[in-house]
Amino acid sequence: MQNSISQAFKRAKQKKRPALLTYTVAGDNSKKTSIEILNSLSKIVDICELGFPHNTPIADGGQIQTSAYRAIKNGIKINDVFEIVKKFKKNKFSTPLILMGYYNMIYQFGENNFLIKCKNSGVDGIIVVDLPWPENKLFAKKCKKKNICFVQLISPTTSNSRAKKIIKDSHDMIYYISMLSTTGGKLKVSPKNIIKNYQKIKKINPRKNYIIGFGITKKTIGKLKSADGLVVGSAICEEITKSIKKGQNPVTNVSQNVIKLKKLIS
Amino acid sequence: MKIRKKIQLIDQHDKFGIWGKKFGGNFVPETLKKPIKDLENLFSKLRNNKNFIGERDKYFKSWIGSPTRFIKLENLSNHLKGAEIWSKVVSDANGGAHKIYNATVHCLLAKKAGKKFIVGDTGAGYAGKMLSMAAKKFGLKCKIFMGAKDIQRQQPNVKSMKKNGAEVIPVYTGSQTLVDAVSECMRYWVANCDTTAMCVGSTVGPNIFVKICGWSTSQISRELKVQIKDEFGKIPKKLKLYNCVGGGSSSYGFWSEFIDYPKNQVELIGIEAGGPKNSKRHAAPLTYGSKIGILHGASQYVNQNNDGQIEETESISAGLDYPGVSPLHCFLKDTKRARYTAASDEDALSAYKLVTKFENLRPSLEPCHAFSVAIRESRKLSKNTIVVVNSCGDAHKDKNILKVRLGKKYAEFD
Repeated sequence: MQNSISQAFKRAKQKKRPALLTYTVAGDNSKKTSIEILNSLSKIVDICELGFPHNTPIADGGQIQTSAYRAIKNGIKINDVFEIVKKFKKNKFSTPLILMGYYNMIYQFGENNFLIKCKNSGVDGIIVVDLPWPENKLFAKKCKKKNICFVQLISPTTSNSRAKKIIKDSHDMIYYISMLSTTGGKLKVSPKNIIKNYQKIKKINPRKNYIIGFGITKKTIGKLKSADGLVVGSAICEEITKSIKKGQNPVTNVSQNVIKLKKLIS
Repeated sequence: MKIRKKIQLIDQHDKFGIWGKKFGGNFVPETLKKPIKDLENLFSKLRNNKNFIGERDKYFKSWIGSPTRFIKLENLSNHLKGAEIWSKVVSDANGGAHKIYNATVHCLLAKKAGKKFIVGDTGAGYAGKMLSMAAKKFGLKCKIFMGAKDIQRQQPNVKSMKKNGAEVIPVYTGSQTLVDAVSECMRYWVANCDTTAMCVGSTVGPNIFVKICGWSTSQISRELKVQIKDEFGKIPKKLKLYNCVGGGSSSYGFWSEFIDYPKNQVELIGIEAGGPKNSKRHAAPLTYGSKIGILHGASQYVNQNNDGQIEETESISAGLDYPGVSPLHCFLKDTKRARYTAASDEDALSAYKLVTKFENLRPSLEPCHAFSVAIRESRKLSKNTIVVVNSCGDAHKDKNILKVRLGKKYAEFD
């Protein structure tokens, strides 16, 4: 059986556009808003990434940190994250959902328990920011057994020989980090060069789906549309922060923004 | 879990960089895999290179001022009427603390790697001050990440850093202390690892940083071993080595040459920061049974909640105010080679009063934690027991805290 994530990529390809992925933090700025944002995004995007917030993130920039601290301050616990997923996945129009976070949270929950919870709540994929290859081999295998896609990451610093090994052990989807940066950094490499590097990686095994993330905004997304998928995170977290500051509804503001992003790649 | 003899503890890890099957490793974003591998390769090549060792020793001697003194605290010993108390005055080192060893080695490595920039974290400000000194010495541009709370309470060191030409970047996230400074520094490295070297300020972080730091601070025990043999003719039958433990760089360096001795001959005692007396918060994960978790790229005992969120710590000493601890110390604890206990803020302050009353020595608040326990235990020890306390930092940086907590007369520095 093909993973729901692969099907989402296939559907986007049929529409001749890259898959659009969004990243939001679970519980930002409340459980209820978080579910509402996911529900409204699922009508626009192809895959939703949902972050489980951690308070010592070593790869996230300011925007996502702000969202994560806000969620933690509001008392969000890992079990709440699973509840959010479960409620979201009950909606029959829901997109595939990928959980994303730091390994300590999984480690404390217990890898096996974590995966059981993932399966029961309807998680389709997992990204663990600080569990690189080959350290992640065992956990990736456990994911596969549960038909959950473990998403490997590849960065501009990854050598070609290492990329080959990572891709060999990867599942349906691979995350290509656009540049040396934390999330949400200003794009310091031209989109043209990002695509050039991306194509090199893609060539290793063209059958898999590769998404580009880090630093993607309205300004840059259009120039990257030859990728299989594009993920926007910090720009959305920033929108939530702005909406809260202005006393506006983050759900509608986020949706409107994502619709604009989608137009730019359609 | 067992410690092997005749192999340095820093090298007793598996291929994943893990000590005792549980501690350490490389839990890092993919982007850092390559710069870490590059640093591993460079370090493993240079650590056995005679020229490099020669260069290191030259700077250790002529610039840092090795060896630091090993002195008997005669008055304190007479007052306590127990064990003979000695101190290794590591604060004699250029800059006033042990952090200079690690900073110097990191700058030497950065030069060899052709880097022009170096970044580092700091809590008490010593790691930052020393890195700024070494960076200046070796012609590297330097940025130091420091929690906003620590900037406020360790002003003298902040001033030194700036004087040395370093840019001090305040970190406002989380508890605004060392833990957040390390996170921010690692994030900066993720984004700039192509041009910039990173120095982790203690024996924490991804495996290679634990190793480089431990290798550097081991200078302390190499000197101490010679000094003890000179003084007593051999390693005494009852020797006790007391050292404070935050991240654990000074204690590892103070102990490394003595780990192979039987523990009934050479006992290793690590003292963590217990925090204010009536506070639930502390910075003593080994003493108070914190669970294993992952922090800053390594698994270790760390203060955290059930979910795995890292908990805020509290201690009067910024240098010990860290929720985790070196994987090396986790390994030493679980193999029972070292014993760990905690001293409170108040204990450290009383120790400062007592030590400065009897001796011409002014240990900073970090080693005062070690002095506190050494003083307490020495009273009950036999006269032929040799107690050595690592006075790894100078109290000049603490003068504002000492003034507030103990009064003006304890904060008069030349």
